[in-house]
Amino acid sequence: MNFVLLVLSAVLTNNFITVKTYGICPFLGVSKNTKSALGMGVAVTVVMFLATLVTYPIYKFIMTPLHITFLWIIFFIFIIAALVQMLEAIIRKISPSLYNTMGVYLPLITTNCAVLGVTQLFNGVENLSDIVKGATGAMNLGWSILYALFAGIGFTLVMVIMSGLREKLNCCKVSKSLSGFPVSMIAAAFICMAFTIFAQIKI
Amino acid sequence: MNKYKKITLDGIIFSNPTFMLVLGTCPTLAMIKSSATSAAGMGLCVLVVLTLSNMIISALRKVIPNQVRIPCYIVIIATLVTLVQMVLEKFVPSLYDSLGTFLALIVVNCIVLGRAEAFANKHTVVESALDGIANGLGFTLALTVMGIVCEFLGSGSIFGLKIMNFKIAMFSSPAGAFIVYGLSIALFTYIIDVFQRSRRVKANKIARENLLDSRAAANNGDTTEVNA
Repeated sequence: MNFVLLVLSAVLTNNFITVKTYGICPFLGVSKNTKSALGMGVAVTVVMFLATLVTYPIYKFIMTPLHITFLWIIFFIFIIAALVQMLEAIIRKISPSLYNTMGVYLPLITTNCAVLGVTQLFNGVENLSDIVKGATGAMNLGWSILYALFAGIGFTLVMVIMSGLREKLNCCKVSKSLSGFPVSMIAAAFICMAFTIFAQIKI
Repeated sequence: MNKYKKITLDGIIFSNPTFMLVLGTCPTLAMIKSSATSAAGMGLCVLVVLTLSNMIISALRKVIPNQVRIPCYIVIIATLVTLVQMVLEKFVPSLYDSLGTFLALIVVNCIVLGRAEAFANKHTVVESALDGIANGLGFTLALTVMGIVCEFLGSGSIFGLKIMNFKIAMFSSPAGAFIVYGLSIALFTYIIDVFQRSRRVKANKIARENLLDSRAAANNGDTTEVNA
């Protein structure tokens, strides 16, 4: 039950882009075609998952006992930057074809709100119900990495929908001052409206 | 003096970070949908962080090695954001609550790192400070205007004061924020376009008149020479 609630919450009702407005820069910048949108989405998902896996124990077992939680911004941004660099080097070494599809987006991810946003979501949270409405039990590493993983999947979903819309928009005639960012933002507004429906889901 | 005027005008109008460059979109959308007050507060926080980070980076530009400059900038910015967060938590708790998680996310705001990389590491401290203030003001003004529009349409009030008794709930959700932001960009670029075109026409006219004048003067000169 907790798992179903968590998946629905992370992917649909609390979607990172359409509800929380995290990670709008890649959402508007890298959604020109479906292939690059998918690559970016997968890269963000992987980094979100790994970043949470590393930062959650550090926050809970190192920073909290030492009372240095106020330094979390500096710690987390460094961990994320180092992680992204490492991941890029590993992917380049192991699989050049994967590097070509996904690796090129990795350097952009360090300054992505979605990654820092998801890692700080779990700071000092004791109960699962603080993050997932209606769930019961204590917050632990397993729930937090699952939440990060599914939040990344929700991010990818919206990125892909947006790229489809923008590919269609290329065929339309738009007036000069509206073309570019304004018209894609209005398209994004319609995606957000569609996603507000999911807020009505009750289990 | 003209150099300083150009930096100010560029930051506030001609390369406005929100409307012309479309940077820092996440806090913009999140704040304009919540209220005009939190939008203005967010703008002021970015103004403070941007000005201080520009000044520090500009002062240290000869010390920081070129290869590791980005991590150095991130440490400086993260420290400043932590300081701003602590000050707000102590002295303005209401604003601290309404900004929520986006206060910490100023670290990954593209405007701050963008100005450090594009401006502060090549210019003097005074110029960088002015650039920070101008860009911060451009961001603050844009957020405040859009925040007022969203709050008025979304709840019928401005800065928390009830003005009219109606509300369109969409404008206090991300969808409404996206629409207001998109249309504001379109309007702003249109106005700048018209302004630039009229200025270009005026400049052309002045140039043509000067040319005619100089040609007439040259002709006069020729005739006088001939007469002589």
